[in-house]
Formats: sequence, C-alpha cells, structure tokens
Amino acid sequence: MSSLPWIQHLILAPILLPLLAGAVLIPVNAKRHGLKFAIDLGCHLLLLAAALVLFWQTDQELWPGSMGVYLAANWMAPFGIALVADRLSTLMLVLTAVLSLAALIFSHHGWSRIGAHFHSLFLFLLMGINGAFLTHDLFNLFVFFEVMLAASYGLVLHGYNTARIRAGMQYIAINLAASLLFLIGIALIYACTGTLNMADLGPRIAVLAPEDLPLLQIGALILALAFLTKGAMWPLGFWLPTTYAAASPPVAAMLVLMTKVGLYAIIRLWPLAFADGPLAGFGLEALFWGGMATLLFGTLGTLAAQEPGRMAGYAAIISSGTLMAIIGSKQPGLLGAGLYYLLGSTLAIAAFLLLIGLIERIRTPGTALLALTMEAFAIEEKPEEPVGVGIPAALAFLGLAFAGSALVITGLPPLSGFIAKFSLFHALLNGSSTVPLQNGGLILLIFCSGLAGIIALMRFGVRTFWASGNIQPPSLQHSEALPISLLLLLCIAMTIYAGPLFDYLGRVSQDLAQPEHYVEGVLSAPVIAAPAGARP
Amino acid sequence: MEAVISLAIGVLFGSGIWLILRPRTFQIIIGLMLMSYAVNLFIFMMGRLWIDKAPLTLNPGTPSLGEYADPLAQALVLTAIVIGFATTALYLVVMIGARGLTGTDHVDGKEPGA
Repeated sequence: MSSLPWIQHLILAPILLPLLAGAVLIPVNAKRHGLKFAIDLGCHLLLLAAALVLFWQTDQELWPGSMGVYLAANWMAPFGIALVADRLSTLMLVLTAVLSLAALIFSHHGWSRIGAHFHSLFLFLLMGINGAFLTHDLFNLFVFFEVMLAASYGLVLHGYNTARIRAGMQYIAINLAASLLFLIGIALIYACTGTLNMADLGPRIAVLAPEDLPLLQIGALILALAFLTKGAMWPLGFWLPTTYAAASPPVAAMLVLMTKVGLYAIIRLWPLAFADGPLAGFGLEALFWGGMATLLFGTLGTLAAQEPGRMAGYAAIISSGTLMAIIGSKQPGLLGAGLYYLLGSTLAIAAFLLLIGLIERIRTPGTALLALTMEAFAIEEKPEEPVGVGIPAALAFLGLAFAGSALVITGLPPLSGFIAKFSLFHALLNGSSTVPLQNGGLILLIFCSGLAGIIALMRFGVRTFWASGNIQPPSLQHSEALPISLLLLLCIAMTIYAGPLFDYLGRVSQDLAQPEHYVEGVLSAPVIAAPAGARP
Repeated sequence: MEAVISLAIGVLFGSGIWLILRPRTFQIIIGLMLMSYAVNLFIFMMGRLWIDKAPLTLNPGTPSLGEYADPLAQALVLTAIVIGFATTALYLVVMIGARGLTGTDHVDGKEPGA
C-alpha cells in the first residue's frame, strides 16, 4: 500500500487546522472565554510549528526543486487542484502565523470577549489567508479570497458601533464588487486558455493564437484590478484608511496582512503567466506607475491624517505602493529587498495598530472605548477593566514601543526599516553613475514618504507623550504588552540577522525568476498509484 | 444567439453599475445582485454556447472542445452562485444593522443635508 509521506500531508495543515478549530469553537458557550482562548491559542501554536516545518523543509531542499506539491484527491496537476508550498508561500505562512499569534494574544484581555464568535471568525480568516498562499488554482484562489473576506467582514464589524458599521458598509461593498471583477477575470482567462492551473497557464499563453491575445489581456487586467483593490492601489484604495481606523486593533493588525495577500497573488501569478512569449512583462509598466501614484497618495494622506488609526492606514498604503512600484520595475535583485521591506513594514504597522489601542487609554483613562461599545451592543457582561497589577513603567513602555515602530515605518536607522530602504536604493542605483529617470523618481518618492511619516508620527508622539500635560499612566496587562514587544523584537531580530535573511530572500527571488522549474515541478508531481487489487 | 446573450449580460451589468453608484443601501444591494447575475451568466457563457452536445466525449483519441460541451464552466458558476448568495445575504444583515444604528438608509450613515 503506497501512501504519501506525512510531511506531504503537512501542506494541508495550515488550511485544515484553523477550519477544524474554528468549527469546534462555534458551539462552545461564549461565556467560556478561557476555554475558547486556549483552543485558539493551541491552534495558533500548531500553525506556527507547521509553518516553520514547511519553511525548513522547502529551504533545505528536502523536497525536489525546493517545493512541496499536494495533489488534492490525487488528480494529476493540470486537472485537479494543486496546493504548492515553496519558499515564497512558506515565508508568507510564517509571517501570517506570527502576526496572527500576536493579534490573538492582544485580544485576550478585552476584544475577544465582546461579541460571540470572535475566535471562530479569526480562525476562518486565517484559513482563507493560508489557503490563498498555498493554492495553485485560480478558482480555488477565488474561493479562499472569499473565505478570507467573509471572515473579515464579520471581524471589521466586531464590537459593533456606528463608526465600524459605516466603515464596514463601504468595505463590504467595494470587496463584493472586486470579487465580481475577480470572477470576470477568471472566466476570461479560462475562456482563452482552457485552464485554471497557474503552472499550466504560462505554457498555454505562450502558444496562444495572436487573435486571442487581446481577450486574455483584458481578462488578466480585470483580475489584476481585483488584486489591486485588496492591495489598495490608488485610486482603488480609498476604503482602506477609514476601515483601518474603525476596526478594533487586533483586527486592524490582521487587515495589514490582507493587503499583502493581493500583492502576493500578483508576485505569484505574473511571473508564471507572463514570463516569456508574446506577452512577456505584460502590465508591469502600469503597475509601476500605479505604485508611484499610490506612494504619492499615501504620503499626502499621512501628512493630512489627524487620528493615529488613519495614519497607520496611510502607512500601509505607502508600503503597498512601494511594493507595487518594485514589482513593476522588473529589476532583478530588487525583489529580495522588496520582500525584506514587506516583512518589516507589515510587522511594524501591525505593532503600531495594536499600540494605538493602548495609547487611546492615555487620552481616555479606563476603557471608555470598550465601555461605549458594550453599551451599543447591549452586552450585560463587561470585560474586567484593566485595574490592579498592570505592568510597571507603562508609559515608558508605550513611548519606547511607539518610537520603535515609528523608526521601522519611516525607515530611520538603526532598525530594519532603514536596512530595507538602504537595500532598495542600492538595488535601484545599481552601482552605476547614470540612474534611469524611473528609478530616480521612485527613490525620491520613497524619501518623501519617509519624511512625511517622520513629520506625522513625531507630531502625534509629541502631542501624546509630551504636550498633553498631566497624564496618568494607563494600566496595561501583560497580554497586551507582550505581542507588541514580540513584533518589535522580530523587527530587531530582522536587523541583526539581516545577512542570512537576505541570502534567503535572494533564493526566493531566484525561484521566482525561474518559472520553468516551478511549472515542471507542479506538472510532473506524481500521483499515488492505486493499491494493488483495487477495483477500477 | 451570442448577440442576444451578450446584450442581456451587458444590460444587467450596466444597470447594476448605475445602481451601486446610487446613495441608498437598497439600491446598492439590488445593483450588486444584478451585477452578480450578469457575472454568473458570463462565466456560464465562457463554456461556449452549445446545443445538443454531450457533457463528455467517449470518442477515442485526443478530445477537442468541439466534441462536447465544457462542464467545468457549469461547476464554476455553481460555486460562484453559492458564494455570491452568501456574501449578499451577509451584506443585507449589515445593512439592516446600519439602518437600525444610524436611523437612515444612506450609505454614509447620515442624510446629505444633516
């Protein structure tokens, strides 16, 4: 009896674990916070372990071609749905696991106790994100996007108040419209190529008749529109700052990751579909200029924003815009630096969004915000106010954490943001004396966005910590300080271990630059032979 | 036949776009539904219009799409209908909540003049 080795089955774990745990949590009574939290935490730790094993497995080339292929239902690659864990997707899995663990621990004290199904929705969101990173089929990608979005609709509305429902209405409407575009794009691509498997797409596009190309181009552009709406490209990203500012802090931290899912889909799909042939590099020019416009929009927005939540939203837009311009500029060597920037900025913006929830307490002592929410939701049971033994030196912690995340977001030395920008500039300048106009413009815009970030964050910091007069130190719980410290420590670790990390990211971008290996690996993945004596 | 179908899809989608640009939540949900109908039809048509074709071919040799009606488009549209239905229902709930909380059915949560 032949069967798959267990390690191959592990590729399914990041999708199945949160699904099962989320389903188990639904019938558990909402009053048993401790049990729900424990199950959720256990699931998160298992997820992190699974992601790390997959990460190790792909990077050590223990699988042929450093990628693991899981053929669902044992169908051969172009026919069935394939799940693929390669270096890029496992890296994103690890990032997801770390970020969601931090958000979950943060929610322990207050946010997970209001509303009924926070933990289940949170796990379903994780299932959608992980699935989108692993799947290798366009329509399956759509399904996982919908799972992710449906869970995020519920989570954005979590702790139901007027601001959240107003932001949620716009967020849901624009995402429903984007999903329709996603479907149109998939349908057009299927009509032209007759396949939905990403690996099968490239070879088929290369031999497409010239009269079919325009239809395919339209399909790919509409599909990209759907991805870029999630990635908040200007002018598709107006929903983002309002939603970030309105969502509860742990949810907002997860939303930062969701903007990166759209960009991930482009990084994954474009090299596979448009590597060579008549459409090589199709649409990347537009992506570059779109990224530049997004950067500019984010820069202006950061300066104009008054609330910290909106500031974080614009910081996420700047981060998306930078990545789009990097992907669009088609330069080898730039993508590794871009991925480093993605990791650092995602962690720092998420830490900042969690921090905002605590900083609000300085301004409105106690948990006025929570209390207000409870009133609107008419919940009898209130979470305990954070009184009693908090962590010592709360103000010092808040100030230091704020400074740390601000340093990474704006790209000042000595933290990882600086290394990211430095390596970006290094790759853009390319060691030559003449710099192309495009690269020069991108460098200038990244500089300006950093400057705008410094001005805005400094203004906010000075107002909050120095100029607000006689402030009371808020009481913080360990479960609130821990995740922020974790995220910022990771940023510091990224700074210290920048060398090995860059080597790794170099291997990731090398994999992406050789789509033919990837295509061959997926299409030649062996099916398991039927056991002898089985009936046909 | 193709012209009639494409006109129908176009009219549905166009009406949907006009409706989602309107300020009332009811208009938006009707617009989204019309658009999702149009998209479902569109996916369905991507398997081409065939009459009297079997969903699979039993002829020997390499099969070509000319011999059978593509069943995959129908599987896709079924999934898309289910997902679209679920998300629309979810949006409806949010809308009712918004109406109750803000007291108006305007998408901004407040009347334009107020």
